[in-house]
Parts: sequence; C-alpha cells; structure tokens
Amino acid sequence: MLPTPCTAHVPFDTIYEPAEDSYLFLDTLSSASETAWLTQHFPATTPSPTILEVGSGSGVVLAFLAANSPTILGRADVLSLATDLNRTACLATRETVVKAIAAQQNTDPTTSPSTTDTNRAAAAAAAQENPSAVKSTHLSTLQSNLASSFKAGSIDILLFNPPYVPTDAVPRAPTATDFVPAGSRSEQFERESYLLSLTYAGGKDGMEITERLLADLPRVLSPRGVGYVLLCAQNRPREVAERIRGWREGVDGATGWCAEIAGFSGVKAGWEKLVILRVWRECIREE
Amino acid sequence: MKLLTANFLTCAVKGCKAAASSYPLHFKDAELELQEVDFQPEFIHNIIPRIDWEGLRVMANELGFPKIPDSKPEGDALNDEQTMRDLHRLLLETHVVEGRLCCGNCGHEYMIKEGIANFLLPSHLGKTKNSIVEIRVYADGFPL
Repeated sequence: MLPTPCTAHVPFDTIYEPAEDSYLFLDTLSSASETAWLTQHFPATTPSPTILEVGSGSGVVLAFLAANSPTILGRADVLSLATDLNRTACLATRETVVKAIAAQQNTDPTTSPSTTDTNRAAAAAAAQENPSAVKSTHLSTLQSNLASSFKAGSIDILLFNPPYVPTDAVPRAPTATDFVPAGSRSEQFERESYLLSLTYAGGKDGMEITERLLADLPRVLSPRGVGYVLLCAQNRPREVAERIRGWREGVDGATGWCAEIAGFSGVKAGWEKLVILRVWRECIREE
Repeated sequence: MKLLTANFLTCAVKGCKAAASSYPLHFKDAELELQEVDFQPEFIHNIIPRIDWEGLRVMANELGFPKIPDSKPEGDALNDEQTMRDLHRLLLETHVVEGRLCCGNCGHEYMIKEGIANFLLPSHLGKTKNSIVEIRVYADGFPL
C-alpha cells in the first residue's frame, strides 16, 4: 500500500479533514486498474502532465498522486497545482504536497523530513538506484473558484472531491474579510461554520457546485485531459455519467466524451454510496 | 508560487476568456525568490513541449530574465547545457513571493501574498452579462 501523505500540520477547524471520500480517492487512484489506465494514457515519452486538484482542502489527494506518481503514472515528471476558496486551505495544501514529495522522492535521506523509518529506507534505496532522479514539482496553490483561473487546455489530470451534500442553498463565495481574525468567540464560531460549509454544502441534489465544474471541464482539460470527480448516491452518479457520454464537440460533433466508474465504496441494495467517475475525451477519430 | 504557473493561468473574469490580451497575465512588483533544486535536464526536456513558448517569453522579458531563446528549443538545442540550466532556473527554481498578476484585457489585478495568488473576484465582477459590460467600460478608462 502506498503511504498516505502527512496532514498533521493542517488546522481542521476550517478545513475538511480527510475522511471516507478522501480515502476512496487514494484507493481508486492507486488501484491496479487505474494505475494501468493512467500509465497507458500518459506514456513517459509524452510531455509532463499538469495535475490540478480543485477545492483541495488539506491537499491529501493531490499530495498522494504527486508523491506517488512514479508508481501511479509510471513517471515522476509531473507539475501539480491546486485551488481552494479558503486561503488557510491553500497554505495547508502547499505544505502537504511539498512535504509528501520530499518524504517520498527525496534522494538525500539525511535531510528528508520523512516521519517513518520505512519512508527513509525507501528514499535511501531510491537515491542509490538513481542519484539524479527527476522529482515531482508543486507549481502553486491558488485561492480561486474551481478552475476558473486556468486557461483553456491547461490541465491534463483534474481531481475534484466536491461539496456533494444536498442542502437548501450553496454558501456565498468568501471575500477577504472572511480571513481577518474575528472579534468575539461567537463571531469566530460563525466564521468557522461558514468556511466549513464550503467544504460540504452542494445545494440542490448536492450537485450545484459539481455541475459548475463539469460545465467547465471541456474548456480546461487538454485534448488528452482526464477528470476524476467524486459523487455520492444522492447525486445520481449513473445519470451524471450517462449525460457526460452525450457531450459532443468539434465539427459535426466528431469528438465524444467517456465517463466510467473508476472506484466506489459502500454498496447497499445494489447502489454505491460513493462513486468516482473518470471523465475523458474519446480518441479523436481518424478520417 | 513557481513562475511557470503563469503559463497555465488566465483572467478569472468570464468575459475575458475569449480575449487574446487576457493571456499571459502580467507580473507587477514581483518579489522573486530562488529555491535551488537539483538540475534535472530530463524534466526540462519533458516540460518544454507542455508549455506555451510565447507566453513564457513574454513573462521572462517582463521580469528582466534575458536568457530565453526566441523559439522553443528542439533537436540539438535540447542538448545545450547552458540553455537547459537557464530554463531550469526559470521553470523550477524561481518563485514569486509577493506581487500582483494583472489582466491585459480588463485590468484586474490579482494579489500574491506569501506565494498564494488570490483569484477570487469582488462581487461586482460577477458572472452576469450586465456586469461584464460594466467591466469593459471600466477597463476603457484604465491606463494599461
């Protein structure tokens, strides 16, 4: 089993603490079937893939994929990026990703911040094997709404564990004043409750935020791009997948889209509690 | 925030997406920091085909980084160690700690603090068509 990135430095009073859905993401990305698919989709001879996690929170999912990219993607030359509405989460994500890459890919075990002897031994072995090995690099974490600050075609792998819980409404987007220290204890509590609501409140059917991200996927993903989106049973994942398969683009709608269930958990009466969809363009058909 | 990030960014304002001048965003008052990492020529070789060279060149020139080839290195140029070391420095070692990123179309400035750029838009730069018209009017009177 691949190591889970350390999140001991993350303040969970306003940031989503890694839970069942986060771990489903880690298990799915590192499953034999997904690793095989990704390695084949991004051969080591192709340009370095960009990886964006949207709403990264603690950063545990992005850190896991970036730090374990030699195993999951068959290549370490990846460029990781993240966005979150919460500035505190942006700082946390950056630290989680940078630390995880250093812990698992550092070729100098004496300076490696690894917390376990196993990691240190692995790093030492890697160092002996290949002293000038390529190490994954974290480009930046941006305080941003979904993927709106990225240019068209800029992302090769997009990860999204959205706020998927059905709620009456979705919270407003935060402003700068939401991050200045609050005065009273009750103001502070209200502030923290609001920031936490951003991590789970999904509006109607729990799909309002996910719909916005899905609508932006064809723009932000590169031609070879792939998105991983987590859905819960109330989001009706099979209907969402069916809808994505109906997307068409290009001249006469020559290019279609694929959506497959890449991972799931908690099957009850034939329905999965949580599902991760893999969404990508089908191969552009030759004339 | 590594400088290379700017190669993948654009203005977050919806109405700017179709405008050519919204990319690349322009660094202003950028405070740069060098964080040395091992020289990895293979990584540079794989990054080069992934980046938009014109955008990188514009950014490098604006920041006074003189050593960028006019066109994307290919073939033998990829074996030139000095070029690869210069690119390594620019792409993997140079961070922006403080400063702003500015849109050449609407003039909006995104603040960078402690290496985190803030792309959240103020509520008046919302998503409806009406507000986009307002932005354009505002931009016309903006000294870019």
